[in-house]
Amino acid sequence: MAEAYFPVGPGLGMEENFLSLDDILMSQEKLPGRAESALPRLAVLMGQGAGSAESIPEGSKLEIPLWLAKGLHDSKRRIISVDLPKIYKEAWRTVFSADANVVDLHKMGPYYYGFGSQLLNFENPENPEIAQTILQTFIARFRRIMDSSQNAYNEDTSALVARLDELERALFQVGQKGLNDFQCWEKGQASQITASSLVQNYGKRKLTEVDG
Amino acid sequence: RQALEEMRALYERNQADVSEAKAGRTDLIFLIRFRHCCLLRNQRCLLAYLYDRLLRIRALRWEYGSVLPNTIQFHMSAEEVEWFNRYKKSLATYMRSVGGEEGLDLTQDIKPPKSLYIEVRCLRDHGEFEVDDGTTILLKKNSQHFLPRWKCEQLIRQGILEHVLS
Repeated sequence: MAEAYFPVGPGLGMEENFLSLDDILMSQEKLPGRAESALPRLAVLMGQGAGSAESIPEGSKLEIPLWLAKGLHDSKRRIISVDLPKIYKEAWRTVFSADANVVDLHKMGPYYYGFGSQLLNFENPENPEIAQTILQTFIARFRRIMDSSQNAYNEDTSALVARLDELERALFQVGQKGLNDFQCWEKGQASQITASSLVQNYGKRKLTEVDG
Repeated sequence: RQALEEMRALYERNQADVSEAKAGRTDLIFLIRFRHCCLLRNQRCLLAYLYDRLLRIRALRWEYGSVLPNTIQFHMSAEEVEWFNRYKKSLATYMRSVGGEEGLDLTQDIKPPKSLYIEVRCLRDHGEFEVDDGTTILLKKNSQHFLPRWKCEQLIRQGILEHVLS
């Protein structure tokens, strides 16, 4: 019940948590972008050129991870300009406003909410609409998440969780944990001292690592 | 360690480019910026990994008690072992200062206790175990005992004994 390991959680809103492993994974997701000026010697790194002195011409399309986009994006915008990934564009926005529960957010990039919040950092005329859409999607899906997490006790939840993105999954697990703790208390097991989950995990792994 | 080597190599290449840029080729500024981004990224990943390890080691103190089993110690680096010892020491000083003369062991009684003595069953062979009034109890698999709570709490958390509810 009382766990001792508290990992650093993801950041909220437009800032990321520097030490959070979830945020690092999230910022690895790619965005489409365009090179604004000629980029010397980068062709080798991007896997497009043969020699080490080639440069990528202006205007060519690139897929860059978020951390790189944030670093190279500059208010004078000399180097890179970013476009929105398709899930945040007009077409998908209307889908979300129609019915948000149907969309498989895990398949669309498992960090819909986090990534969307980071996108607001780049200046873009559609930012207010993106922000609104993200909020509305969350509100629409929340009720179902809460409902399913509080009522699925001792069942296989993989079918329920398959379509949720990472933030929603974290919420789901918190809900499940609360439910389990409550059931535990009701059965009178609250005062039973148990081996901690860390210990149990180490016990399982010992057999493979003793020779290492 | 390999990541550190890579970082150093990248940094040196960057330095070379910086000097070249200062010599007049301004279109290389982008490259420098790019490498700087990569370096920062590597640094961030490394730091997050090390910090996460520290958090887990801290959790180990609360779960396992003051002595770590050898298999775990084998996987920790020298600095981590030192960090663990220092954390143990500060935790001990804190506990001593908190509750009266003898201090309060915060790692006991994580769940509110209902009684002083509890019934336990042994899950593994652990050898002999000495109780306060001097009697030793031999812990063999599946033997049941009726023992004072504070003695067994450690062993239950480590998975050697099992708390049995009547």
